[in-house]
Amino acid sequence: MAEARVIKPGMLTTVQDLGRWGFQSRGVPVAGPMDSYSHRLANALAGNAAGAATVEVTLAGPELEFDDERVVAVAGAEFEVMVDGHSVSTHKAFTVFAGSRMTFGTRLRGARAYVAIQGGIAVTPVFGSRATHLVSRLGGVEGRPLTAGDSLPLGDPGPAKAGHYVRRQMPHQRQMPEGRARVRVLLGPQEDHFTDEARRVLETVPYRIGQNSDRMGFRLEGAPLTHVRGADIISDATPMGALQVPASGMPILLMADRQTTGGYPKIATVITADLGVAGQLGPGDTISFTVCSPGEAVAALIAQERELMVIEA
Amino acid sequence: MPAGDSTIVVEFEERIDPVINARAVRLADAVLAAAIAGVRDVVPTYRSVAVFFDPLRTDYRGLVDWLEVEAHRPGEADGEQPTPISVPVCYGGELGPDLAAVARFAKMSPDEVVAVHASAVYRVFMLGFMPGFAYLGVLDARIAMPRHSTPRVRVPRGTVGIAGVQTGIYPAETPGGWQLIGRTPVRPFDMDRSAPFLFKSGDSVRFVPIGPGEFERLAKSDG
Repeated sequence: MAEARVIKPGMLTTVQDLGRWGFQSRGVPVAGPMDSYSHRLANALAGNAAGAATVEVTLAGPELEFDDERVVAVAGAEFEVMVDGHSVSTHKAFTVFAGSRMTFGTRLRGARAYVAIQGGIAVTPVFGSRATHLVSRLGGVEGRPLTAGDSLPLGDPGPAKAGHYVRRQMPHQRQMPEGRARVRVLLGPQEDHFTDEARRVLETVPYRIGQNSDRMGFRLEGAPLTHVRGADIISDATPMGALQVPASGMPILLMADRQTTGGYPKIATVITADLGVAGQLGPGDTISFTVCSPGEAVAALIAQERELMVIEA
Repeated sequence: MPAGDSTIVVEFEERIDPVINARAVRLADAVLAAAIAGVRDVVPTYRSVAVFFDPLRTDYRGLVDWLEVEAHRPGEADGEQPTPISVPVCYGGELGPDLAAVARFAKMSPDEVVAVHASAVYRVFMLGFMPGFAYLGVLDARIAMPRHSTPRVRVPRGTVGIAGVQTGIYPAETPGGWQLIGRTPVRPFDMDRSAPFLFKSGDSVRFVPIGPGEFERLAKSDG
């Protein structure tokens, strides 16, 4: 089977697909990309199905070596990317050859890039998914970040000749956040556990993403959000994007590797269309929130889906 | 009620009660059985059911209406109780370093704590925290010691703990804040087993005290 070899791993590089759905009732977290939109975009540019496994790159990229000819696309955070010493464009498919080495240089904007390789990463699925969940060590390569010397098995490149997709590119470049972003939220499910002042603060005060933030969640630092009746609820399910608030009043934005359940009230939930933007932030960056309506949330998601469908078609 | 744009949470009364939890489990099973287009995952918890769906492929209004009808459907009496799953536990010593503290909390001897813990049949209210971790209850109030204020960095696989009126088994080594009273050789989660999960919501569980020798023997035969 064709492989991509990991020469240098980068800072935190994992295999991800659209997530391990269907087992949260057994305590199995979903995992998946921090920015699903960019994951899908990379796959579309490389001619893969949306659910093919990609490599998620965090802040500093890996060096990969290929052993056959494949279409590759990089989407999400803007990096300088080189193949055999020549600069290649991100958000546009390119071809690698047997022995080609792809390296990542300076990161310009955003926190996470997705490398889609024609045929997808073909590690063995666990509960129907190849997504890496780091804490429970499931999926990907032994449930851990890639290390130097790993070999990533690649799927069947399919009937399409390599190069077929090379002309595909974005109709327009999606703007990556540069250290700060504003995302839209829907209030709830437990907004009634908070003071009116807390709801006002949420919309007006920006939060800094703390250093001990990771794929499980972003620990936000800023004005505390005050509870009206204690910081404990009987544990319930935790969607990605939920802003849960423990007794300290400092919210935690739950991200891809979140646990399936949690015992803190959730004041608001980031809309699906803006989760990818949140996923492009890292420690030290700033995030602020705007409350929107359910109609606006779905309209934004439909608009995004249209953009992707044009490229996936 | 919605939780963002791609999750609906159906909440029953906010308390820990087997009857309420049974309604949540029944509703979750009904959602699964109905195989509704666009639904990705269903998570029953103590007193709620979360339905995760793809907003672009789900009839949202239809789903909400359907859930309202199903949530109010009177449940048949729970019928026969399932046979409890037996979990052998070696209590105290190195395997249960907090047993003495729980005994002081309960103003009992360690043996009495073990007798209380092992005398009840517990309900699996929900799974969460990590793959295969079951929240079991309701624990006898006398031994319902709160969790540690600072969690341990490392709790070994199979450790049995107490946190308030809950008890549970750590399925893998992890940091954890529960009061640790013993360890079981049984694995609540094992990827290599044909049925990887020992528990599901609604199951019943009973703890059976065993000695260190029996623990070693079972731990070897189990893997």
